[in-house]
Amino acid sequence: MFQTADMFKAFAPFRGNAVVIPGRGGRHWINLSEKPDRDVPLGDPAMGGHASFAFGLAMSRPDEKIILFDSEGDILMNMGALTTIAEKNPKNFYHFVLDNGVYATTGGQPVPNAENVQYDVIAKGCGYPSTYSFDNLEDFTNNIEEILNNPGPVFVTMKVAPEVENTPINQRVRWQKKTRDQTILDLQKDLGPRRS
Amino acid sequence: MADGEGGFSPQTIIDHLKANHVTHVVWLPDSETNFLYVLLQEEPTLDLIPVSREGQAFSTASGLSVGGAKPVILIQNTGLMESGDSMRGWVMGMNIPVVMMVGYRGWTRHGVDTDTAATYTEHFLHAFGIKYYLVESDADADRIQVAFDRAEATKQPVAVLIGDEYHGFVQR
Repeated sequence: MFQTADMFKAFAPFRGNAVVIPGRGGRHWINLSEKPDRDVPLGDPAMGGHASFAFGLAMSRPDEKIILFDSEGDILMNMGALTTIAEKNPKNFYHFVLDNGVYATTGGQPVPNAENVQYDVIAKGCGYPSTYSFDNLEDFTNNIEEILNNPGPVFVTMKVAPEVENTPINQRVRWQKKTRDQTILDLQKDLGPRRS
Repeated sequence: MADGEGGFSPQTIIDHLKANHVTHVVWLPDSETNFLYVLLQEEPTLDLIPVSREGQAFSTASGLSVGGAKPVILIQNTGLMESGDSMRGWVMGMNIPVVMMVGYRGWTRHGVDTDTAATYTEHFLHAFGIKYYLVESDADADRIQVAFDRAEATKQPVAVLIGDEYHGFVQR
């Protein structure tokens, strides 16, 4: 098990020009990122949809590398998305999953069968051509370059330490530096017009 | 049912999708759209994206739209109702101007519902404040363009309820 913050530090040098959707670990990414207009910290529009959103973005922009940091709870809510992603086979899509075994934002309750679910096996079974699983930082760090050089879709699951939030929602400090609308506008401006 | 008897041709939908420069159709099959599926597969300007549950269509369409593509969602009313929170958070919350082509399962036009899917469809749309247009035949097809125009103007999802009857689409 390793820390999400350390994972992002290991990932950062290999980001290149990719669009990064940092998901629920975004609080650690925004201070590392040198390309904030290519970061898409959406917050939580509706649970379970990050994979499909990132996939849709990848499909609309096949010339851009799209990197998502998803969470296992969201995967479970919409596991069928993995079959769609695998079928459409976007070569530019990199699907990382922060598996902390709990619903951290609601107080740390366990995800169903958290100790036994193998998300990389599920992804492989759904048809992802490349899958990885890491439970320590060293192995992740030693493989990140290879992962991002593989054609997508690539699925990477990482056992990370939970960061449980017990503060009531209306008392939590917002870590995002921009509103969602501004985030989208800045991304669209940076991407430029879509080629038909 | 032939065109002259008030049927609804799937080609009519295709023509409207092309006229509005739709790039992707995010869909899950339903009982009314098999003939449409065949035409969608054959249309080179449209990329068909199959989802496993209708809620995924909304997040997928959001990603497509943010990236500059123009998606349409094609689902049944049952799946629409299943997707309430996804619709709220993704396409409504992110101001995505998407047209939802919704198969109106159970709609009979005769006042008596024999399928609760029909009973609740319009109430559901009202509850979310979603504008919708009923299309039952080719004669109603101009409402599809109204839906596209309204979605663009409001930056919100708009529904087209496909109310053709059980026997499905007209074959050309």
